[in-house]
Amino acid sequence: MKFEPVYIVDGARSPFLKSRNVPGPFSASDLATISGRALLARQPFAAEDLDEVIVGCASPSVDEVNIGRVIALRLGCGNKVPGWTVMRNCASGMQAIDSAIANIHSGRSQLVLAGGVDALSRAPLLYSDKMVLWFSHMAQARTLGARLGMFAKLRPGAVLAPVIGIVKGLTDPVVNLMMGQTAENLAWKFGISRQQMDGFSVGSHQKVSAAQKAGHFDEIVPLIDTNGKVYAEDDGVRHDSNIAGLAKLKPFFDRTYGKITPGNSSQITDGAAWLLLASAAAVEKYQLTPIGKITDTQWAGLDPAQMGLGPVHAATPILQRHGLGLNDLDAWEINEAFAAQVMGCVKAWEDPAYCQEQLGLDAPLGKLDETRLNIDGGAIALGHPVGASGARIVLHLLHVLRRENKKRGIATICIGGGQGGAVLVEAV
Amino acid sequence: MTYKHWKLERETGDQNAGLAWAILDTANSSTNTLGAEVMAELGLILDECERTPPRGLVFKSAKDAGFIAGANIEEFTTADTPEKARALIQRGWDAYNRLAAVSYPTLALVRGHCMGGGTELALACRYRIAVDEPGTKFALPEVMLGIVPGWGGMLRLPQIVGPAAALDMMLTGKNIDAKRAKKMGLADACVPPRVMENAARMLVLSGKPPRQAQLPFMQKLMNGPLKGMVAKGAKKQVAKRARQEHYPAPYAIIDQWQNYGGNTLAVPADQPTSLDALIRHSTTRNLIKVFFLQDRLKGFGKDAKSFAPRHVHVVGAGVMGGDIAAWCALRGMTVTLQDQSVERIAPAVGRAAKFFEKKLRDRKLARFALDRLIADPKGDGVRQADVIIEAIFENLDAKQKLFADIEARARPDAVIASNTSSLKLADIAATFKDPSRLVGIHFFNPVAMMPLVEVVAGEKTAPEAAQKAAAFVRRIDKLPLPVKDAPGFLVNAVLGPYMNEAMKCVDEGIAPETIDAALVAFGMPMGPIELADTVGLDVAVHAGKQLVADAVPPKKLVELFEAGKLGKKSGQGFYTWVDGKAQKVGGGDTANPELAQRMLKPLLDATQRLVKEGVVADAELADAGVIFGTGFAPYTGGPMNYLANR
Repeated sequence: MKFEPVYIVDGARSPFLKSRNVPGPFSASDLATISGRALLARQPFAAEDLDEVIVGCASPSVDEVNIGRVIALRLGCGNKVPGWTVMRNCASGMQAIDSAIANIHSGRSQLVLAGGVDALSRAPLLYSDKMVLWFSHMAQARTLGARLGMFAKLRPGAVLAPVIGIVKGLTDPVVNLMMGQTAENLAWKFGISRQQMDGFSVGSHQKVSAAQKAGHFDEIVPLIDTNGKVYAEDDGVRHDSNIAGLAKLKPFFDRTYGKITPGNSSQITDGAAWLLLASAAAVEKYQLTPIGKITDTQWAGLDPAQMGLGPVHAATPILQRHGLGLNDLDAWEINEAFAAQVMGCVKAWEDPAYCQEQLGLDAPLGKLDETRLNIDGGAIALGHPVGASGARIVLHLLHVLRRENKKRGIATICIGGGQGGAVLVEAV
Repeated sequence: MTYKHWKLERETGDQNAGLAWAILDTANSSTNTLGAEVMAELGLILDECERTPPRGLVFKSAKDAGFIAGANIEEFTTADTPEKARALIQRGWDAYNRLAAVSYPTLALVRGHCMGGGTELALACRYRIAVDEPGTKFALPEVMLGIVPGWGGMLRLPQIVGPAAALDMMLTGKNIDAKRAKKMGLADACVPPRVMENAARMLVLSGKPPRQAQLPFMQKLMNGPLKGMVAKGAKKQVAKRARQEHYPAPYAIIDQWQNYGGNTLAVPADQPTSLDALIRHSTTRNLIKVFFLQDRLKGFGKDAKSFAPRHVHVVGAGVMGGDIAAWCALRGMTVTLQDQSVERIAPAVGRAAKFFEKKLRDRKLARFALDRLIADPKGDGVRQADVIIEAIFENLDAKQKLFADIEARARPDAVIASNTSSLKLADIAATFKDPSRLVGIHFFNPVAMMPLVEVVAGEKTAPEAAQKAAAFVRRIDKLPLPVKDAPGFLVNAVLGPYMNEAMKCVDEGIAPETIDAALVAFGMPMGPIELADTVGLDVAVHAGKQLVADAVPPKKLVELFEAGKLGKKSGQGFYTWVDGKAQKVGGGDTANPELAQRMLKPLLDATQRLVKEGVVADAELADAGVIFGTGFAPYTGGPMNYLANR
């Protein structure tokens, strides 16, 4: 089937704000609304002209049920523009884009605002099953005596040990591994050393730092909180990041004996990212000037215990369909969930056995020119607001291509649960 | 039986058989008002119900606009003799006494506005239901017209909500929303519209005791033996805001409640708190005039009927620009706020957040209002905006440059406006491709408090542009006053000479406290020296040069200005300012009519001159402008009215 290009008219994102172990200044819908309002304000059409709003979000708060609709209304789209939410873990924002593409392809929609958001600093604390059971029995206790008896049964351990929503969310429910442990698997499989990962991470910080100084993150809409404080930049980057500093951090997922530390993992962060997608007809109708187009997308599944290789499985079929080698693309964005995971992807493409057994290729795809990879750094320095990252890398890839007068690139992301997603974009 | 203004419907279903609905639909009017015919028919309805008593009677409105807007104010204004006024009061007092005494239970189902005589009708019912919508508002605003709630309001409201809350409501005339009405006991229930009819049926047939029987013991005492104490406290409160010789009505309300059981007609005519005294008092006449003037100003917004602005772009995020943007967002507009950097816009957004929380008292609604206020450092909003307002610093070059860009990018049907207060509109428009597009939309500081907005037409301003600007001003719930493009327009041109005279008095050695006290005693909301400190002495110096013929500026003003003491904003001006309050030594509420007249003279002269020069269309509009734009003592009916009747 021929893939009709879908146009990217414009895009914007919030700064990515690192979680400081307290609820951040903005809720998920705040982040998406403020950045989305600014994006819509510069369009020649009104918010009501959108056909739909699609939002990827992995952990909306309890008062943001179907956060896509909440955001659409808060954006001023009016009652008649539908809004919905998609969830594919770390690729939720990319799924929103792909769902928009599907609806544009089918003719249901012409003009769609799609993106992703998460405010991980506000991830809920949950009650344990024991505590929930206690509440349920308490509600059934009719007499004062029965109620007092219930208090006697209350064990402090049950109250004081809430389940941290974000830890649950970042644990694979089937193979029961934390995401960091799946990255340990890749480090083990491909023999990636702690020092190599830390070196990759320092590189991510340095690239983000340089890009910030050069003003290369102009897709950011600064946020203002209710106290009039401005949040203009991604605040997770360490401009002085170095190997010696990272070496001091302790392994977090496989404690003591592992290699994956918070320093060589993506950060827990709040953020939102948007793309405005349009059919050729909508471009014509509103006389839009697209900045790029999406010419292919692909989803793939793989062993959940090696979920970090998702990009390899998703991007390879696109390369095959278009007859492209790894370095025929001008730029790559591979979301940096973990240093070991991005490095694992590069190694998998070089590995004859992996390419043959897992991808069915006669020969490995070869060595990805790393100067084309994550040119302005990635989630290790910027943070990974789960729902937003998939949209951010598509948007930023396009900015990189346009800045460097290049044509084509792939943005791809690994997905907890053992999947990968990839998007082929072209600058216009 | 059929009525002209009412419908009486009796239910026939099993459960509610015998329940009657009295539905008010004042003929030839978009709102329900209680004119003579409507009240006469109410009597007929009660007659009919006496012949065949219903199991319960529910009052409701057939109008979308609200329940009842109050007495028919035209009828009221023609009651200019004590006899006519007595008859008018008697009519409502008797009708509602009769309603309150019927044998069957009664209920008022209140949705939307419920003002004055409408609230008094509801109070005469056994029960009241407030429909939980933003438009539902109870009020007894008679005091604002210089009169009293004489149709039983003063009798029943204290019995139902207690005298403290009742006096507060009657003495301020303020609106009570549905939730608040339930909380204070004014309404027996606050329900969403979807269950309102059902709630009315259930409550009217419930047999529950009326609120009067549920009033707490302490409140009963305060409405009985302790009345004197409560009245004394209330008088003290009122005295802080209004002197009895200027505003007799609030004092009359307290007295009639305390000594005459809320019966206006029982007060002997020779008493200062009698209806006769109120009707003869010039304040009553003047306040009614001001009320009609307000309507006249509202009318200016109706010429551009098809103009329905939704998006406002404001350039300049300083105090004025930021507050204009916040006000527009509060009123439901989408607002893009432009300044040179996001850091310059941020304080305005922070201020707006606090303002919305205070005003909306609901975190979510405040957040949604803030959603509508978009920081726009690049000025992207110009392309889409329906109204563009420039509020940058007062520099002709800067404004002309800015407008060149705006004119090039704005939609052809957008209103392009300047909030300038000191530059000539024609000069700003000189560099326009089409100078007829530029109009002045001049707000006053503080934006949230000041109801007036001057709509300035320059020599070349197209009438349509000014009409659309006025429509926009109405859309954000302000009062538009059309003025011509003369220095200071109306409001600043009358304030300038007045403040100048006050500062000259300071130069002569009169204490600022004494000056301010004299004008506050006259009835100004704030004295002229405190006002100068509030607007900023830099502004005062600049405006003085332009607006006062006298070439020598006040010495003290120049001294303070040169020392960088700019008033409230710098913490020091004529007064020292601590936490936004001027620190005054002495002064108080000391009347000094001679001193007051000395400072008023330049203001009155300036108003006369501006009317003569046609800066404002007529004397009445000048009165409206000066009252709503400066707070000029409303009991006077405005400066021109004051001159004519002095």
